[in-house]
Amino acid sequence: MMDFCLLDILTALLLTVGCFLGISGGVGLYRLPDFFTRQHATGVTDSVCSFAILFALMLQAGFTLVSVKLCFVLVFLIVTSTTATHALAKTALKKGIRPLLGREDKR
Amino acid sequence: MYVASALAILVVMGLTLVRAILGPTAFDRLLAVNMFGTKTVLLIAVVGFMTERPDFLDIALVYALVNFLSTLAVLRFFERQISEGTAPTGEG
Repeated sequence: MMDFCLLDILTALLLTVGCFLGISGGVGLYRLPDFFTRQHATGVTDSVCSFAILFALMLQAGFTLVSVKLCFVLVFLIVTSTTATHALAKTALKKGIRPLLGREDKR
Repeated sequence: MYVASALAILVVMGLTLVRAILGPTAFDRLLAVNMFGTKTVLLIAVVGFMTERPDFLDIALVYALVNFLSTLAVLRFFERQISEGTAPTGEG
């Protein structure tokens, strides 16, 4: 039973957290009523889920080139997902989509 | 362990595809496609570790950049539509 070392346990824990947050974000993207609330659900999966899963893989890779590549993927995801979310919300507001809260016709 | 997380990511990708097909406005579809791309990056990384070929990470790296570029290109298209004052509906 001692062939599970600490890194494997941490990897399994982080993968579980990432998968749970990913599934909850997917269900939120499917169920929530509005564009902006859906964007909130997407933000959860884009940030914490990706970080947890990539960090778990980084723990398995160790100090190698693979870990450096995972670091690059992580940095690109941080930069691009925040920029894409901001641009999406700004363009949707300019295009005339209003949030559900404070709108007269609550549908 | 990797198989379970790959299956979970596949479930999430299915949910985002449902939203991308159903989505009432074009922005919902764009949001779903963007999230689908992020999940694809994660899936490629996890499958690469599952089959013990971490060279797949290069493909994941390129896919992250291409996904970002495609989202921004469609948004530029919308912004140009707004500045020209045509089709301010958001439907489609």
